[in-house]
Amino acid sequence: MSSVFGGGAPDVIVIGAGIHGCSTALHCAKRGLKVVVIEKDHAGRHSSGVNAGGVRQLARHVAEIPLSAYSMELWHRIEDLVDDDCGFTSDGQVLVAEDEAEYDSFRARVAELNSLGFSHEELIDARELRRLVPAVAESCPGGIVSRRDGAALPFKTTQAFRRKAEILGVRFCEGVRVTGIQAEGSSWMVSTDAGAIRAANVVNAAGAWADRTAADLGEPVPLEVIAPMLMITARVEHFIKPVVILRSRKLSFKQFSNGTVLIGGGYLGRALRDQNITVLDWAKLAENAKTVWDLFPIMRGAAIVRAWAGIEGRMPDDLPVFGKSRIHKGIFHQFGFSAHGFQLGPGAGAVMAELIATGNTNTPINGLGIERFTA
Amino acid sequence: MKTIKDVASLSECYDLLIIGAGPAGMVAAATGAEQGLSTLLIDENPAPGGQIYRGITTTPVAAKETLGADYWRGTDLVHALTASDAVYAPETTVWSVGPAAEGTSDPGRMEVGVSVGGAARLIQARQVIAATGALERPFPIPGWTLPGVMTAGGAQIALKTSGLVPDGRVVVAGSGPLLYLLTAQLRAAGATISVMLDTTPLENWGRAIRHASDFLRSPYLGKGLKLLLGAERGMRIVRGVTAISANGDSQVKSVRFRHGSKEEELPCDVLLLHQGVVPNINLANAVGCALDWDEDQLTWVPQTDDWYETSVKGFAIAGDGAGIGGAESAALRGRIAALGAGHRLGRLSANDRDQRAAPVRAELMRASRGRRFLDVLYRPAKAFRIPKADDTIVCRCEEVTAGKLRETVALGVTGPNQMKSFLRCGMGPCQGRLCGLTVTELIADARGVPPTEVGGYRLRPPIKPITLGELAALPKTPAAIKAVER
Amino acid sequence: MFRRLPDLGGETVNFTIDGRPATARLGDTVAAALLASGMESCRTTPVSGAPRAPYCMMGVCFECLVTINGIGNRQGCLIPVAEGMAVETQKGARAIASEYSAKGDAA
Repeated sequence: MSSVFGGGAPDVIVIGAGIHGCSTALHCAKRGLKVVVIEKDHAGRHSSGVNAGGVRQLARHVAEIPLSAYSMELWHRIEDLVDDDCGFTSDGQVLVAEDEAEYDSFRARVAELNSLGFSHEELIDARELRRLVPAVAESCPGGIVSRRDGAALPFKTTQAFRRKAEILGVRFCEGVRVTGIQAEGSSWMVSTDAGAIRAANVVNAAGAWADRTAADLGEPVPLEVIAPMLMITARVEHFIKPVVILRSRKLSFKQFSNGTVLIGGGYLGRALRDQNITVLDWAKLAENAKTVWDLFPIMRGAAIVRAWAGIEGRMPDDLPVFGKSRIHKGIFHQFGFSAHGFQLGPGAGAVMAELIATGNTNTPINGLGIERFTA
Repeated sequence: MKTIKDVASLSECYDLLIIGAGPAGMVAAATGAEQGLSTLLIDENPAPGGQIYRGITTTPVAAKETLGADYWRGTDLVHALTASDAVYAPETTVWSVGPAAEGTSDPGRMEVGVSVGGAARLIQARQVIAATGALERPFPIPGWTLPGVMTAGGAQIALKTSGLVPDGRVVVAGSGPLLYLLTAQLRAAGATISVMLDTTPLENWGRAIRHASDFLRSPYLGKGLKLLLGAERGMRIVRGVTAISANGDSQVKSVRFRHGSKEEELPCDVLLLHQGVVPNINLANAVGCALDWDEDQLTWVPQTDDWYETSVKGFAIAGDGAGIGGAESAALRGRIAALGAGHRLGRLSANDRDQRAAPVRAELMRASRGRRFLDVLYRPAKAFRIPKADDTIVCRCEEVTAGKLRETVALGVTGPNQMKSFLRCGMGPCQGRLCGLTVTELIADARGVPPTEVGGYRLRPPIKPITLGELAALPKTPAAIKAVER
Repeated sequence: MFRRLPDLGGETVNFTIDGRPATARLGDTVAAALLASGMESCRTTPVSGAPRAPYCMMGVCFECLVTINGIGNRQGCLIPVAEGMAVETQKGARAIASEYSAKGDAA
């Protein structure tokens, strides 16, 4: 098949070159599989390239913790994996309790995690909170820290995975759009606007567009297209190291080493996925700013220089669709990360490659399969 | 005209909102109000006039001949604005323009974020005309970030608004009709300019001559000759300059330049740079207007229809922001754009609109004659658009050099948006206004492809920085209050 | 760097630059007043600490960023100087002013 896809039949076709598609391609290549990645824009164009870059085990749903823990091991030696530090720094992430009632619920959560055998989340009192986050408002009674957490640069990371995958022989076809997918004998024929290509295995890592591929395969899912908004300030004097998040109000807050501060938390703009654009909702960004105003009084004079939103897919239960197709051999799903998939990227790619190559994985992923929507 | 000085005095919604009170904006506002449209004219500066007529109502430079007759022509435009029913908001910034929330009756209705004196608010407009004008083309040479180096336009603004002239050993450098005009104004005001370094490529004359016949019949001819002859008196002019650098540690001390095979270095206290103006397209870009690359003017130009409406419905661009044409042309285009908006708002029939616009279009044709000759003649040299020396700063805010950009292209980074992620160029407070063109052209040059293939920065709002405090204190819009009550 | 033309008339405005008294002409922007005062630079960059001075005077380049009445990163070329105004030059990345007032009444 000589075309934009290059020569030789691949073992795996990955649809989507976000952090997940690139990571799965990389790990498949490491296992000796031939991979073609098809991307309608360019690698990291949407949420993988423009998210907040949080690398966080903190406050995750129990069903995701094993995958997240596996991923965290890879993050801490990310340079060995992709020959790039990906801007990863590990200064911890802190979940701040805004009042006593919330602090009590945090205590209960940490106890429950401990009983399940997870020890990465640690309850901290007001003193330790203020040691880690000196500028936090006086009224906060404590929080939870996950000390190995941190943050990375999302576009740099996605590009690093793409580049390393390419070095290992993966072929990337950017600017090529998948138009359909059909069974042909024991393999799959993927049609695109640049011709068709066949392989025994197909990974659906198409992010906010993945429901279309799933529907084509007879596995429709209730994916919601969302546009989480972020904003960033001009450089200010350094005052905080860990990433700070809240639970009752939406906030994620991180200062980069260059002094700029990234403010997010999941307020949604409007996503127009067929036009590849997002529309910001300034009234909601104002709420986001108000939360920072309350929590970090010293931020009040900081200048917001940019705001944006990425296009992302969210599932009704806020958990990804990850694993084998319920009905088709050779089809795998890896999407719907619901605005918290960046940290999972390195590990999820490794587990997916294992699934494809061996048919199984030792990492518990039950609770994440597509059967929860299509069974 | 009613002047507004705080956000609370603004209405919830205007029929027509105009951004920028230069010639295009002032005329558009008067034309909108004349049709009975509720019209708001917003401008960053303390007084109307834009840059070309900057300070026209306030300038302390009383002698008419100093700034010249063309400058004082702006007075009529200010009078028309003042006599109209438009609302004028000076010292006001627009930091966001986007489609209003779904569910409103007008399809083109916009939500506009504005800020006055540290307080922000969201208002709406049924039609928007951006009259954001031009800015001086980036002039990246070694040392251009040193104090003492500024744009010639900047010096002209200091003269117009405050009666200030550059002092000590003053050197002007660059190309274009405005360079000669600014020099003449500064000298008429009493500044001593020791030397002018003209960087117009000598080979441009050969190409320009083909377009000379229109120029010879245009008003530009007389003005140009007068300026050229005036410049020759009492000032050294070095033509065919091919390289310039500013030198000094904390302040410019000397300027070094090459002409022919000669290198020279002259002591210098103030270096004024200018190589033409380009449309200020930051707002249009952030709003999502489709842009074309103009190979003659070497810049991005928004796509517009006959009424200057862009690819974004309800959002028009009038004046130099839609392509450089000069002050007279800008005023005429402001009128045409406002007639177009009036028609889209149902205020004017198509016939009515066309009739009113016909004489303006004829006038515009006349005012544009000879422009092409100037564009071709003053097309700036590559050496002054794409710095050869690797240590030349391209992005002033983040201090990213030409060498660093070229290295990163070699790593496979193919466009300005990816470049932002790698080097932070264009991510400082000026949001790429001073490096956007250079970065596009430099990447295109390094890759050996045309600028269209490389593209430009995709700009993000806020179009002007807004403080977290201002944003947090944003008053709730009626729509947002309703959403909570529901 | 710049000098005022003689005999302009107009009112004088008193303000301060880094606490030192200075005068300007009513109608000057802060950036013009700084140029007239003989200030060589108005800030140092947060990246390398290099000195910078007003460059475009029209709100485009953000080189004339100064702290005005306690609020940082203001564009000096867009703000008229006012009687009693406290203008401060900025050194590198500025500490965010905690005294910043919510309603912007200090502006």
